[in-house]
Amino acid sequence: MNMLEISHISKSFGDKKVLQDVHFTVPEHAVYGFVGQNGAGKTTTMKLILGLLPANSGSILVNGEKVSFGKNPTNRFIGYLPDVPEFYPYMTAAEYLHFCGAITGMDSKEYKKRAEELLELVGLTQEKHRVKGFSRGMKQRLGIAQALLNRPRLLICDEPTSALDPVGRKEILDILASAGEQTTVLFSTHILSDVERICDQFAFLHEGKILHQGSMDEIKNSCGESGFEIELEQEQDLNRLTKRFPGGFQKGRTHMVYGQGNAPQMESVLAWIVQEQIPLRKIEKSGLTLEALFMKVVGK
Amino acid sequence: MSTWMAFLKKEWIELVRSGKFFILILISSLFGIMNPAIAKLTPWLMNTMSESLQESGIVVADMTVDAMTSWAQFYKNMPMALIIVGLMLGSIFTLEYQKGTLILALTKGLSRRKVYGAKTLICVGLWTLCFWLSYGITWLYNSYYWDNGTASSLIPSAALFWLFGVWIFLLMIFFSTVFSEVSGVLAGTGIVLLASYIGGIFPKVQPYLPTKLLESQALLTQSMELSDFSWAMAVTILLAVAAGITGMVLFDKKKI
Repeated sequence: MNMLEISHISKSFGDKKVLQDVHFTVPEHAVYGFVGQNGAGKTTTMKLILGLLPANSGSILVNGEKVSFGKNPTNRFIGYLPDVPEFYPYMTAAEYLHFCGAITGMDSKEYKKRAEELLELVGLTQEKHRVKGFSRGMKQRLGIAQALLNRPRLLICDEPTSALDPVGRKEILDILASAGEQTTVLFSTHILSDVERICDQFAFLHEGKILHQGSMDEIKNSCGESGFEIELEQEQDLNRLTKRFPGGFQKGRTHMVYGQGNAPQMESVLAWIVQEQIPLRKIEKSGLTLEALFMKVVGK
Repeated sequence: MSTWMAFLKKEWIELVRSGKFFILILISSLFGIMNPAIAKLTPWLMNTMSESLQESGIVVADMTVDAMTSWAQFYKNMPMALIIVGLMLGSIFTLEYQKGTLILALTKGLSRRKVYGAKTLICVGLWTLCFWLSYGITWLYNSYYWDNGTASSLIPSAALFWLFGVWIFLLMIFFSTVFSEVSGVLAGTGIVLLASYIGGIFPKVQPYLPTKLLESQALLTQSMELSDFSWAMAVTILLAVAAGITGMVLFDKKKI
């Protein structure tokens, strides 16, 4: 069953087309990465899912129910963590979670118990101060706790790690990975290593369009070869190589990367090196990293 | 606890912890005390100033003050009290838009109408509390020093001014659903108020305008009757209800 179905969504702000025919589905219990550069339209897509913005065309289904702008019944299935979560600064973390439980209609005993569990999970049990004095990382952790409070069927996280230091990022990713065992996660980011670490499926959004979607293997297959790298002994030989085989990217004085290169190209480079008797340090086929894939997809 | 009550409780905690509630109670009490105090002090002030006034050729006759003097002060001070309460609560929606705090509440499935209802109740409730607190304190002092019986239709007269305040708050809430900045809310409310004042220049229109209610003090001296305000009352109630309902519909579609 699909927890989220986005069908041919388009959205413009004035003349600017932010989303064009966006179409993807998130199956139940997936940790789904929503990858794109800043300004690609990730936050707009999430706000459409949450019914906070109206779409110009298309439809969105959450757990089989249609999302309509301004009305929030489908949000009862959703836990949402915005990129910069904002809380009422005069409340403590526990008070805020109790408030969230009460506005969701949960039983008071249940939300108090759940708040305790979640504060434990995100490491805020000992924090008795008001949110006013919280660091960004602490706010992000409280953000996750509030998003998980009513055991949502779909957890939507908008760039949860982008503003955090490496320690904070690791903590948040660990929490999200463990949340993924119980719920479906849609997770937007432009930090590709985060996606590689916790997502099992993802979609690339570029300039408002979905360019690729599926599992890592499916996307790799659809994108073709991953290129190769070559390292020579001498700098002047690299200059000759560049003239003979343009289209690569020089990584160091003697190091060249052909990100778009395929197997026959690699063979011709090798044949040329043998023929010209150029001292070679190493040549290897690159494994397709998400970063290379991303660059390829966005045409950089 | 219902989800609406939970949001209302949050609004209440915000009022108390931000100190707004205590400031407003303090100001309303001060306004309430000020009215009889000014009335009581006026003869003494005039007496102390009489010599210098005499030198300028102004003769100060013996002044008699009574409850009516204090009530006159009450009607002079209440517009200022309304402005203060209005300024304190003017950002009740816009602050949430700017900080993004409402997003988490709405994405939890809380209905927008419950948010709207709770905030409207807080605004109208707090105005009601502040206004009648000032009224009550003035009434008590007036009873102690003088006789409130010299003024007639005390409660209807005050109720008309209170109704005017309710209309102002519903206008502010309406403009809070149109604009996302507090400046827009205050400007919108100010322009409607100004339009009502300007309309008052035309005698044929004046009896129908909400600003007519600001003359309710005339009931105390019986220079006007309650029936003279019937149209203004009806129009104000109608406009307040229309602002409330339209605001609710607009808030449903507000981009947050």
